[in-house]
Amino acid sequence: MSEESPAQRPISSLADMKEYRGIFSWIASVDHKQIGIMYIVSAFVFFIVGVGLAIAMRIQLMEPHAHFMSPETYNQLFTMHGTTMVFLMAMPLLFGVSVYFVPLMIGARDMAFPRLNALGFWLYFFGALMIYFSFMAGGAPNAGWFSYAPLTEKAYSSHPGLDYWALSLLVMGAGSVATGINLIVTVLTMRTSGMTLTRAPLFVWMTFFNSFLVILALPALNAALVMILADRQLNAHFFSPAHGGSALLWQNYFWLFGHPEVYILILPAFGVISEVIPVFSRKMIYGYDFLAASTVAIVFLSYAVWMHHMFATGLSYLVLYVFAGSSMLIAVPTGIKIFNWIATMWGGSIRFTTAMLFATAFLIQFTIGGLSGVAFAAIPIDWQLTDSYFVVAHIHYVLLGGTLFAMFAGIYYWFPKVTGRLLSEKIGRLNFWLMVIGFNGTFFGMHWLGAAGMPRRAYTFLDRPPLTTLHLVSSLFSFVLAFAILVFIWNVVRSLRNGAVAGNNPWDAWTLEWTTTSPPPVENFEATPPARGWRPFWDFRKKEETDHD
Amino acid sequence: MPEQKFSGLPRGSFRFLTNNARKKQRMNMQDTSVFDANSPQARAIARLFYFDLAISAVIFLTVASLVVYAVIRFRERPGQAKPFQDPGNPRLETLWTVVPALILLTLLVGTAYTMKIVNPPVVHPAPNVIVNAHQWWWEYRYPQSGVVTANELHLPVREKWLLQIESADVIHDFWVPNLAAKVDAIPRNQNYLWLTPSREGIFLGTCAEYCGRQHALMGIRVIVESPEKFAAWTRSQLRVPGKPAGPEAERGAKLFQEQTCMNCHAIAGTQAKSTVGPDLTHVGSRQTLGAGASPNNLEQLTAWIKDPQAIKPGCNMPSLKLTDSQARDIAVYLEALK
Repeated sequence: MSEESPAQRPISSLADMKEYRGIFSWIASVDHKQIGIMYIVSAFVFFIVGVGLAIAMRIQLMEPHAHFMSPETYNQLFTMHGTTMVFLMAMPLLFGVSVYFVPLMIGARDMAFPRLNALGFWLYFFGALMIYFSFMAGGAPNAGWFSYAPLTEKAYSSHPGLDYWALSLLVMGAGSVATGINLIVTVLTMRTSGMTLTRAPLFVWMTFFNSFLVILALPALNAALVMILADRQLNAHFFSPAHGGSALLWQNYFWLFGHPEVYILILPAFGVISEVIPVFSRKMIYGYDFLAASTVAIVFLSYAVWMHHMFATGLSYLVLYVFAGSSMLIAVPTGIKIFNWIATMWGGSIRFTTAMLFATAFLIQFTIGGLSGVAFAAIPIDWQLTDSYFVVAHIHYVLLGGTLFAMFAGIYYWFPKVTGRLLSEKIGRLNFWLMVIGFNGTFFGMHWLGAAGMPRRAYTFLDRPPLTTLHLVSSLFSFVLAFAILVFIWNVVRSLRNGAVAGNNPWDAWTLEWTTTSPPPVENFEATPPARGWRPFWDFRKKEETDHD
Repeated sequence: MPEQKFSGLPRGSFRFLTNNARKKQRMNMQDTSVFDANSPQARAIARLFYFDLAISAVIFLTVASLVVYAVIRFRERPGQAKPFQDPGNPRLETLWTVVPALILLTLLVGTAYTMKIVNPPVVHPAPNVIVNAHQWWWEYRYPQSGVVTANELHLPVREKWLLQIESADVIHDFWVPNLAAKVDAIPRNQNYLWLTPSREGIFLGTCAEYCGRQHALMGIRVIVESPEKFAAWTRSQLRVPGKPAGPEAERGAKLFQEQTCMNCHAIAGTQAKSTVGPDLTHVGSRQTLGAGASPNNLEQLTAWIKDPQAIKPGCNMPSLKLTDSQARDIAVYLEALK
């Protein structure tokens, strides 16, 4: 793209894209890249909000018996924090990266159904606005992000927050299913010539299987949401034990969605790691087949483990044995991936860019999250630790230390492609180290808090030595974590204004998105090289070193 | 640490926590760690947890040292040749599939073994205590003796007791980390929990399943005592209280009947028979008020009756708009109910 004519400057930033000028070009867009950016930006705005809610909670928990906020406020905050981070931040962030990069990575012009893609985004966007509107409509939802019945029944929670919660999740859930179908069809039908499924980049693989998780898991939640709305608005009795309903029915529906949801949130992150580590280790991915096959195993197993969220509800021994076994089994394919990523680094020539630093921290932190997860599969340990701060530590090691660190690796890796500008590596390293310190300082002690008897979701606690100290330490480090996010925002703003021009392929990477300009033109590619192996761009440039079969 | 930095509540409701009594109270409090096991059931769980932690430490150290080694050893160096492109080695990969699976298998065996010790299935339930969880307090009924009490569970030491856990409203969870596994309290459902406290003492627990506004202050206090003391306690709890003694207590008893107290509470030997709130027949014998929200003494009970919302915001007991002397009279009456 170096042909320069006086009339036409080379495109080197989003501002140079004349098709992207004006707000209307975004609102009316069916371009997967614009939709992807809107997903990512919206997700990030809600991420900031979610972090704000978390910081408010950490202030309340800095000391025992604090009165920074009322119990009712605290309950709304933790509900909105969880709901925001799962449904308004993590899922749209992953969808955004997926709809942006899947077409580019398979050499397609756009998604299979561009208008459905836009619909998916706008359903998410307005669903998200609706749940935040509840703050002005009588109070936010206050029953936790998994809103156990019968606490959610009108008899125990009469204000409309939970109605907003259910409606908004229903709207967003419909959008997610649409996007999931769209991604599956795109991967199946839009691949460039020569790119068989077994040559698709692992990020595409992970997204593809993830989309099956989305379209099969979300309906369970959507059905349950319709039921709880019927209970609340039409006096139905699905989850009302006093009228012959079942309290545990909600838990079964919710976790039948909720456990696959955990993998929905982690699989695209696995995909990002599987792209970033090879590129910066200068090696092909180690054991493509094992990585892909273990993903399929995770998809199937993730539907067979949901009751490990319910071990304390009084299940029969047979059920307990089956779900303990399946929950331990799912750790195996996850462990395979960790070792394959390390093996990819092994013998490589590793460049520690910020993206690679985040990917490396992911390996360590996600391992801790995985190991604390295994503790819950050992049922008697679960009987002690479930619903304690140990769970809070576990989910944050998986979703923050895991998913979010992987997404930061992805952002530092792909930001130049999306915007045409490089993020500062210097600020990036500061961002990284602050985040590692802030994250581990905030959450590692929570394992101990849980084992010391601290239940989760409590707005205050009794003054007892380990609890008081551990909560204070966690709160102090949470400020470091929040500061790390500010450093990141600074880096993004600085880079958009006057970052170094990235060029097409700043990392010497080998998947197809790097063959086009940064940012890519509306039509993505002028011509795509045929894929003859796992690394089409590598093969194209270095014919003598091709690794195709 | 600065005390009460964020305190915005009026009337010094938490004063008891900020004076010297606080340190003393802390000393008497049992550490609620799951490792400080005081029953064979909790000990079995702690053993399994140690085993799991040991396995986890080995796996973590393996992964971490491999990563650290790779980070140091395989860092890019100037003039380095292009690394060897290794597509993978199925044999090696099978190894790191099978070995973790075998390790997990040992944990699964340990799990099954420990489950049998901790909470074996109950075939013919004959519970010693029925624990009925309410928003936001605990009701304990002893079917053999007929004792009914609230928030403070008395148990005889070294006897294997079966607790039946149920709920009157939403889902709660009975959790005393020193003594036993946690068990959900689910409406229209009975769960069971075995526990054999191995020494005398006070063990603290709490509701562990989020249950609404005051989930945080839904404490459990288990008082484990010698069989003799437990028998004496049972006898005292079965006694029907006599006539109130003294003018204050008499006025208090009258107020208790006239005001709305008896819409929710019961006191044996009087007209008050409602079971909505905690049974107050022997409320004076309890150590705490409001499910562990404050210690039980005349001053605190007066404050509680005057304005429970200041001590436990959002609890179901309303502020009754009593005068100071009315609240005190009722408190004197109730404190005498030992």
